[in-house]
Amino acid sequence: MTGILQTENVHLYYGENEALHGFDLNFNKNEITALIGPSGCGKSTFLRCLNRMNDLRTNVTITGSFKFNGKDIYSPSIDLTELRKTIGMVFQQPNPFPFSVYDNVAYGLKLAGMKNKHKIDKIVEESLKEAAVWDEVKDSLNKSALSFSGGQQQRICIARVLAVKPKIILMDEPTSALDPISSSKIEDTLVRLKKDFTIIMVTHNMQQASRISDKTAFLLNGDLIEYDSTQKMFVNPSNKKTSDYLNGEFG
Amino acid sequence: MEIKKKLLMSSKETRQDKFGKSISYLSIGFIILLVSLILYFIISKGLSTFTQNNVNVWDFLTKQDWSPSSIGKDGKPEVGALPMIITSFGVTILSAILATPFAIAIGIYMSVIAPKKGRKFLQIIIEMLVGIPSVVYGFLGLTIIVPMNRHLFGGTGFGILSATLVLFVMVLPTITSLTVDSLNSVPKYLSDASLALGATRWQTIYKVILRAAIPGILTAIIFGMARAFGEALAVQMVIGNATLMPKNLITPASTLTSQLTTGIGNTVMGTLGNNALWSLALVLLLMSLVFNIIVKIIGKRGSIK
Repeated sequence: MTGILQTENVHLYYGENEALHGFDLNFNKNEITALIGPSGCGKSTFLRCLNRMNDLRTNVTITGSFKFNGKDIYSPSIDLTELRKTIGMVFQQPNPFPFSVYDNVAYGLKLAGMKNKHKIDKIVEESLKEAAVWDEVKDSLNKSALSFSGGQQQRICIARVLAVKPKIILMDEPTSALDPISSSKIEDTLVRLKKDFTIIMVTHNMQQASRISDKTAFLLNGDLIEYDSTQKMFVNPSNKKTSDYLNGEFG
Repeated sequence: MEIKKKLLMSSKETRQDKFGKSISYLSIGFIILLVSLILYFIISKGLSTFTQNNVNVWDFLTKQDWSPSSIGKDGKPEVGALPMIITSFGVTILSAILATPFAIAIGIYMSVIAPKKGRKFLQIIIEMLVGIPSVVYGFLGLTIIVPMNRHLFGGTGFGILSATLVLFVMVLPTITSLTVDSLNSVPKYLSDASLALGATRWQTIYKVILRAAIPGILTAIIFGMARAFGEALAVQMVIGNATLMPKNLITPASTLTSQLTTGIGNTVMGTLGNNALWSLALVLLLMSLVFNIIVKIIGKRGSIK
């Protein structure tokens, strides 16, 4: 397993308030890593550091080192738009643009200046197939993406991210707003995507973490409590807090 | 018996509920009555030109000579409203075309770019602009814009151009504040999604935020046009009030509204001159109805769920 993203000594402050207390997390290529922990423990905040979405908030200070393939992603010389294309993100609520399915998936390509209609068509189709939603939308690519169900919308959003060919996909509770059947479809999709992408996923659903992730990190109040292979974490956690949390003692 | 009576009696809350309901129904009924009376009055008066004075509706809408007191060559009174209708649409469309780019630019600045302080400051300015009475705008137009146009283009300075410029300032705050509303109503998660796909802020603004806000912006423009179309006093003060077919933008002309304000004091109720003005009012009423319908249609089609 080769590392793709290394973080070291990550501190994050909202104004005076320290939300992440300094920890290291390394992510391996072609693996699914789950970040678990109770609400407010800093999982989503940490995830948003990785594609610099926290830059959009005022009053946030981030220190520590974040290295993607050895390059510092907070270096002033980095191209922010390029970084966000390389490290894509899927949000908690399905958030397709109020455009057609086709325009949604083609959005990132057109941003990149791709003009070749034939090529765009091809990538749109591939991406929707990879996100396992092609069969449901192929006859209505020109219909508004909002006219589909929540689960379909979320897979359209995944296709939209896949279309720009990222290396890493960050997912912030991608199934928490969805019903169990849609969730399991998305889980299947993620497991298949693993061979081409690296996935880092925040989830509140312990079963989901144990089903699909290779590694699990347990965060609590801004600290990393334990980080290990999912199997080890769920069967034989080394920290008492981890086993308490996994057994539903708190959180 | 006591218990039965107690149980069947309506409670205090129920009576309050009934009282509140009857008050709101009464008010609604009153408003409906008022509106229908106004409509009836304008329509019946407006139609009397055609029923009592035997003016052809088609002639009224297409002929170009407006002189209700004299009889034309064909033996019929000269009430051709076409110049006013054209001028009304002219100043409305021109001022909207002029104001829209400014409104969108200010709107984008206010809703996306400006820091909180700048936003508040602009908000106050816009609200102030809305609150200024139209006679003040007219007066400013008369003392600044008319002489300016006279200086620049010759002639009297009165005309469609002056009216357009005054209306531009008057509809700008309307269009801007509604544009800001519609830009603000674009959910933040859409711009987040766009930025996370590697879009720059500018790309996000014009590819996502503006595009999602288009129905709202169109509504804003139509509202602005409705205001321009219905504005009477300020226009009357700067347009010159000549009921002639407009040949260019810098000779005196007259809109439906300016003709109404100019003429209504000089005619006697029941005469053709007066009836013809009511017909102009009817045209105005129908047009504002059309504007309203357009707004409704856009709102229905384009709403973001």
